[in-house]
Amino acid sequence: MKPSLYGLMVEFHEADALMKAIAAAREAGYTQMEAYAPFPLHGLPEALGRKPSKLPYIVLAGGITGALGGYLLQYYTSVISYPMNIGGRPIHSWPAFIPVTFECTILLSAFAAVLGMLALNGLPAPYHPVFNVPRFSAASRDRFFLCIESRDPRFDVEETTRFLEGLGVEEVFEVAP
Amino acid sequence: MSSEVKMHPYAPAPVIEPGHTPRSVTDKISSVVLTRKTPLGWLVGFGIAFGMTMVLLYTIALLFLRGVGLFGINVPVGWGFDIINFVWWIGIGHAGTLISAILLLFRQEWRTSINRFAEAMTLFAVACAGLYPLMHMGRPWLFYWLLPYPNTMALWPQFRSPLVWDVFAVSTYATVSLLFWFVGLIPDLATLRDRSESRVGRVIYGILSFGWRGAATHWHHYQTAYLLLAGLATPLVVSVHTVVSFDFSVGIVPGWHATIFPPYFVAGAIYSGFAMVMTLAIPLRKFYGLEDFITMRHLGNMAKIMLVTGLVVTYGYVMEVFFGWYSGSKYEEFMIINRMIGPKAWAYWALIICNCTIPQLLWFRAVRRNIPLLFVISIIVNIGMWLERYVIIVISLSRDFLPSSWGDYRGSQYDWSMYIGTIGLFLALLFLFIRVLPMISIFEMRELAHVAAEGHGGHGGSHAPARGHNEADLRGGAS
Repeated sequence: MKPSLYGLMVEFHEADALMKAIAAAREAGYTQMEAYAPFPLHGLPEALGRKPSKLPYIVLAGGITGALGGYLLQYYTSVISYPMNIGGRPIHSWPAFIPVTFECTILLSAFAAVLGMLALNGLPAPYHPVFNVPRFSAASRDRFFLCIESRDPRFDVEETTRFLEGLGVEEVFEVAP
Repeated sequence: MSSEVKMHPYAPAPVIEPGHTPRSVTDKISSVVLTRKTPLGWLVGFGIAFGMTMVLLYTIALLFLRGVGLFGINVPVGWGFDIINFVWWIGIGHAGTLISAILLLFRQEWRTSINRFAEAMTLFAVACAGLYPLMHMGRPWLFYWLLPYPNTMALWPQFRSPLVWDVFAVSTYATVSLLFWFVGLIPDLATLRDRSESRVGRVIYGILSFGWRGAATHWHHYQTAYLLLAGLATPLVVSVHTVVSFDFSVGIVPGWHATIFPPYFVAGAIYSGFAMVMTLAIPLRKFYGLEDFITMRHLGNMAKIMLVTGLVVTYGYVMEVFFGWYSGSKYEEFMIINRMIGPKAWAYWALIICNCTIPQLLWFRAVRRNIPLLFVISIIVNIGMWLERYVIIVISLSRDFLPSSWGDYRGSQYDWSMYIGTIGLFLALLFLFIRVLPMISIFEMRELAHVAAEGHGGHGGSHAPARGHNEADLRGGAS
């Protein structure tokens, strides 16, 4: 069955009101919700019960790939593919390979951080239902929004609307899918 | 500062003037970009910068036709203006990364209003820097020979050479700076998308913002990514100028072969970079009325960083003299005497006056609060740092080991036109940047204004301020 609504959304003027509303919604048993803020609000992911980001592991993997790749590239080219004996100096002169290894580590870690962040956030997203609410453009200015999504097992249009109205908001917006 | 807090007369200025809300900072910063009226001053400035960029294109076109004989370089001075200006530009770029990455890690909240345009400055400075080695190669269309790729000649780059390290360091630096800058821009591009009144603006900013919604999940991963990028950029920025200094110090030319080069170059890079940020910030804040966001606190702190890094480079100059004597090598000894009383002694003494003597004025609070004087000092430091590279490169190369191979060096008119041209390119890119992108990070300023307001209203205890903000920081007590 295709849901006729993505969810129900309310607007807050203050960060504190949003935090209180999240606590109330979780108390009421809602689990599938998302909060929107114009800047990173301390404690918001924790309030929503989010786990720590997995991004550091992705970056670590990127860094290890970069370090190994960078070093092996130099090892292969300088030791295996085209060894040059200059005055009997060691062919595998590892200290000279450190700067490029380091730069490759940083380069791949940085790509992993940026692409990993985008992937975990599902970006780029050409379309998202929340933008169907005209007021939502204020989320990038100074307003806070809370959206209880219709995939929540406790979601019921009338009951959830009543619940959200009880939070003392001006209006409950229906978010078209 | 609210009235109940009595400020000490010498207390530092706040990082954001009181009374700003998340809404007011959003509107003020985005209005610079979203206004339909382009200020006349912008048009004039961009016009001049564009004209200078045409000088660059003319020089490059001529260079492609006639070759590097256009420049003043010849045996024994093979590294003339090209390498001087390469090092100068790349050094300028370093302040941007320092402000955005290192000061973020040290939780210096005052970085917030200057980090965006300092990062842009980094990108454009690195673009100018990158042009020089390319143009200096003689056959720039073969630059890809520097990259490791399987080829029919079965050759590989020499990975034991600092010049190859430089290729990796500078290209990594340019790429990571671009990533860092763009990631910082994403939430602000979303703001511009939502606030733009023209359809073209909405579409372009909409595509560039990747569909950013400001969801808690977004910010969650975003902050982790931003912090990790800062942690990665910090050792990177140190490594880049270290590798640049290896270009010199691995060689055995007198005056180059010194272990002090890496720290001395890194400090010099930060020194010139902060001077350039100051040179740009002072007119920008005045012209766009951003005195509320780029306060005396910022200028004062930048002046202090300039003072410290200036003292580090002064230590470097003193050590060079000491090495000249202590090395027991007559070539090193001659090099330093030649710098001081040789035919180019004017450059050495001008460098000492610009980089060591005049910046000592910054010890005085009255000087750090005098905007015109700060502007003049920052320009003097820019000149001094250019002279430093001139002294290192030209004086050492023009008189090395054998007097029979000594020579002179003079930049040709095309050396100068290329230099003026890259300054034009840098300024033109900067003008375009402040017209189409927010020059101050909007979302970070919103956060700052939010936390400042919380601190005032007396209900700040309801949730801890993010990222180490605290009242003491915002009131300026931390310094």
